Amino acid sequence: MSDLTRLSADEAAQKLGAGEVSSVELTQALLDRIEATDGAVHAFLHVDAEGALAAAREVDDQRSGGGATSYLAGVPIAVKDVLATIGQPTTCGSKILEGWMPPYDATVVQRLRAAGLPILGKTNMDEFAMGSSTEHSAYGPTSNPWDPTRIPGGSGGGSAAAVGAFQAPLAIGTDTGGSIRQPGAVTGTVGVKPTYGGVSRYGLVAMASSLDQAGPVTRTVLDAALLHEIMAGHDPMDSTSIDAPVPAVVSAARRADVKGLKIGVIRELGGDGFQAGVTARFDEAVQLLTDAGAEVVEVSLPSLVHGIAAYYLVMPSEASSNLARFDAMRYGLRVPPAGVTDPSAEQVMASTREAGFGDEVKRRIILGTYALSSGYYDAYYGSAQKVRTLIAQDFSAAFEQVDVLVSPTAPTTAWKLGEKLDDPLAMYLQDVATIPANLAGIPGLSLPIGLAPAADAASGAADSLPVGLQVLAPQQADDRLYNVGAALEKLLEDRWGGPLLAQAPALEGAAR
Amino acid sequence: MSEITRADVAHLAGLARIQLSDQELDAMAAELPAILDHVAAVQEAVGDDVVPMSHPVPVDNVFRPDEVRPSLTAEQALSGAPESEEQRFLVPKILGED
Repeated sequence: MSDLTRLSADEAAQKLGAGEVSSVELTQALLDRIEATDGAVHAFLHVDAEGALAAAREVDDQRSGGGATSYLAGVPIAVKDVLATIGQPTTCGSKILEGWMPPYDATVVQRLRAAGLPILGKTNMDEFAMGSSTEHSAYGPTSNPWDPTRIPGGSGGGSAAAVGAFQAPLAIGTDTGGSIRQPGAVTGTVGVKPTYGGVSRYGLVAMASSLDQAGPVTRTVLDAALLHEIMAGHDPMDSTSIDAPVPAVVSAARRADVKGLKIGVIRELGGDGFQAGVTARFDEAVQLLTDAGAEVVEVSLPSLVHGIAAYYLVMPSEASSNLARFDAMRYGLRVPPAGVTDPSAEQVMASTREAGFGDEVKRRIILGTYALSSGYYDAYYGSAQKVRTLIAQDFSAAFEQVDVLVSPTAPTTAWKLGEKLDDPLAMYLQDVATIPANLAGIPGLSLPIGLAPAADAASGAADSLPVGLQVLAPQQADDRLYNVGAALEKLLEDRWGGPLLAQAPALEGAAR
Repeated sequence: MSEITRADVAHLAGLARIQLSDQELDAMAAELPAILDHVAAVQEAVGDDVVPMSHPVPVDNVFRPDEVRPSLTAEQALSGAPESEEQRFLVPKILGED
């Protein structure tokens, strides 16, 4: 039998539907793969073999009874540990929530269960989704499946690595400033941040409420569309959820035709600061789109140069407010201060937050508290909100000229674990290309476009690390991402003779 | 460089209810000026005529029908509590002695 772990979700769904394989067999194959490889990758914080197999058995029974609940029923999935799950701990990669068992499911999780997708476990992440490398997890970093000495991106490095290491065909990520797309770029996987409000945030532990959005993490563009369709749609439990039909993402992924489409290359997201190999792969991909009949033009969005500055004010401000809920009173860790008899609630809060939060979380809470404090509010938070307006206006103007915009997803390939840990600003600058979409609330998709030498490699080194291209579309035009993404994916795979991940080296402890 | 002293960081940490060790205060006071210098650029980027944007989707009040719906039981709501008593969260004292 061929290796079940290598199947895309679409291929697996077809085999399940045809009765060629059972969900229990598929789920067990993936659990075995996790067992064999996660010592090296550390993509998972929690694996729920029993729950996943029970869900798989239920789908198999339904199928033999004549009715599966959805096309993807029986295809297993991994969920980022920032979404509440009944029966599995939800820690957000933080000590302050160690062992917390949520009493409810996030809406996204409810929808996965209703569609019959067995949940394999919860994936590693930067603490409260704060980071670009998954090194800020309180439970240790995740490794990049292409090179275990390198970062898998962040904050959703666990979801991207799980999918890249063939531990799961599908995963859920969340994206506040690039946490789905940048891990996708550096691991050679596909990641989509839907339009803000397209997917319910109910049960998604908030970092920055006006920026956070959950989305698909997969190996193919079509798989992402199939998952997007299950996750998305209006939810009365989230007042910011859009009350409109989900864009036709699956048919767009199947269409995959860019003929006559106008594609804009963003001038501000390229050139200086972008690794030469990243630029080279990006230029080749744009040429492929041109050859396939797209009309490619360069467009300028001048306000994007202020994106990082605005983001690193808006996000910490919202985070400092959102994370006030971790007060040691109602759930999570409670650590009384040492040497204080009969401490006050306030003292218990302060000592708990000291013990329970990691450095990056503390840094962002302090930064946000500063930006919101009286006397600084207008200059920092207020100005950042105005930059947000300018960026949204730039996008609106650009989308009057073109159907979609493209850029490299990240300025570099995966860097070495530890390389940027002592320089928070250097880490923040990695988010330059992904942040604007969150500030404007528009959707973005990253897909692999080839390999480039590491930034730290000697000149003349062989191509060895994945590069991603990002497609951006207007709000609620998520279908355009899938059309362009699937078209480019097909053009590239014809050139490579198969998916990019087929070129990844074998993982320690696993035969490939 | 933006001016933010060790005492400022200690004050902010107090506002945010985070106890910081001497070492953490030193590290944060050393790191924050470079970050603040970078983000301060937003002040030069915008004029008074720009309307601030707090949210990507303009939403006004969102209402739901005022009707009884299933919700968490007291037991479920208290399931993660560090301490509870008589179906209530048990918390440290919140008022001073005097």
